[in-house]
Amino acid sequence: MVRSRRTVLDDVSFRVPRGSLTGMLGPSGCGKTTLMRAIVGVQRLARGRVSVLGLAAGSAPLRHRLGYVTQAPSVYGDLTVRQNLRYFADVLGAPRCDVERVITQVGLDDHADVLTARLSGGQRSRASLATALLGRPELLVLDEPTVGLDPVLRRDLWDLFARMAASGVTLLVSSHVMDEARRCERLLLLREGRLIADDTPGELLAATGTSDVEQAFLRIVEQGAS
Amino acid sequence: MTPRITLATALRVLTQLRHDHRTLALLLVVPCVLLTLLRWMYDDRGPVFDSIGAPLLGLFPFVVMFLVTSIATLRERTTGTLERLLTMPLGKLDLLLGYGLAFGLLAVVQATLAAALVLGPLDLDIAGPHWVLLLVAVLDALLGMALGLFLSAFASTEFQAVQFMPAVVLPQLLLCGLFVPREELPRALEVLSDVLPLSYAVEAMTEVSAVADPFPGFLGPLGVVGGFTVAALVLGAATLRRRTA
Ligand SMILES: Nc1ncnc2c1ncn2[C@@H]1O[C@H](COP(=O)(O)OP(=O)(O)OP(=O)(O)O)[C@@H](O)[C@H]1O
Ligand SMILES: [Mg+2]
Repeated sequence: MVRSRRTVLDDVSFRVPRGSLTGMLGPSGCGKTTLMRAIVGVQRLARGRVSVLGLAAGSAPLRHRLGYVTQAPSVYGDLTVRQNLRYFADVLGAPRCDVERVITQVGLDDHADVLTARLSGGQRSRASLATALLGRPELLVLDEPTVGLDPVLRRDLWDLFARMAASGVTLLVSSHVMDEARRCERLLLLREGRLIADDTPGELLAATGTSDVEQAFLRIVEQGAS
Repeated sequence: MTPRITLATALRVLTQLRHDHRTLALLLVVPCVLLTLLRWMYDDRGPVFDSIGAPLLGLFPFVVMFLVTSIATLRERTTGTLERLLTMPLGKLDLLLGYGLAFGLLAVVQATLAAALVLGPLDLDIAGPHWVLLLVAVLDALLGMALGLFLSAFASTEFQAVQFMPAVVLPQLLLCGLFVPREELPRALEVLSDVLPLSYAVEAMTEVSAVADPFPGFLGPLGVVGGFTVAALVLGAATLRRRTA
């Protein structure tokens, strides 16, 4: 995949099973956002094929079936949290009661009627996350949804992700915090636009003989260099 | 296109405006203040105001809508909300028409206020019916909106978008026939003014203010204004790409 004539992703191939919680990890600039954009169908591809839920990425029927949270919160700053969610619910054709549900799910009940421009960074990214939970998405693509959140909220959100996966939703969550990997069923490790691992956390640790994902990442990089 | 989504978008844009009291006030008050100022300038030269009052009534909504729309859509592009919307079941037309409806409504309010002021207290005499004046003013505003939408695709920052105003609007203003009648311009400039949409917006207004029965005279230029509006909207839709680099 080429962005502005620079090759950003090269020779990346993987498959994510339905109903799983998959983490996409890698250092800043490794291509996580670009890969996610390719999956939701907003990234122009130089070569290659992305298929999502059995359809070509970006095809019209998929637009009802997937939720995408961009890395930078994408909500209207001059609308309140509730007004933002009502609008996106209308666009998705989701029932109005969904709005209250997702506000509670991201813990914004006390801020539902505040303009999102006046929220803190973490609150705003939760408002953005709430949007993706509207309706009944079958696939959720979340780009660093837990950055800047306190540990309690982070745990709650990962619990929510796990529950959604258990109920059959496929989740692909990126992070550059390696310890969040523990919460994933599968891990994709990216480095400089290449996929360097695609495994369950347990197998990854066993294969590299390490005790945490950060160590495993370093081990793979070292092995690749030697 | 889905009517539900188009309407939701229009409502959303209006709600955003409702939260921004200052912009709303500027949108509605500034044209009225400028028209009053102009009336005052020409206080001793009554007929001059009668001849330029109507074209200016069409100009203000055009300029204001151009600015507001180009900034609003640029924001939509830069804050990521456009990218998010395009991964959702929203048609490009839903977005364009949603903006069109919302700003069109605003244009009606703005033009009505300004027209009520000029025709009432400011004592503008126009030959044609008042509702036609209003109609032309609203269509001029929609033209400004469509051009703003289209051109915002070529700006990547708000600084650039604001610069489109002198770059795109001012030349049209100079050549539209208000300063020098178009047929008296040097030949090359006359040809240029023939292909600029604002020339027709002003021509339609002039027709309405000068001729008691403007039918069907003003329909020609008005049709051209409509054509430019549709063309700019179609081009604008083409700039809303689902896939970007
Ligand atoms: N619009 C763009 N045009 C050209 N190159 C880009 C563009 N966006 C990103 N890149 C480049 O593509 C590479 C991958 O970027 P990407 O945003 O996918 O990284 P990331 O893994 O999401 O990083 P982070 O963790 O910091 O968000 C980077 O080297 C970046 O400089
Ligand atoms: Mg990123």
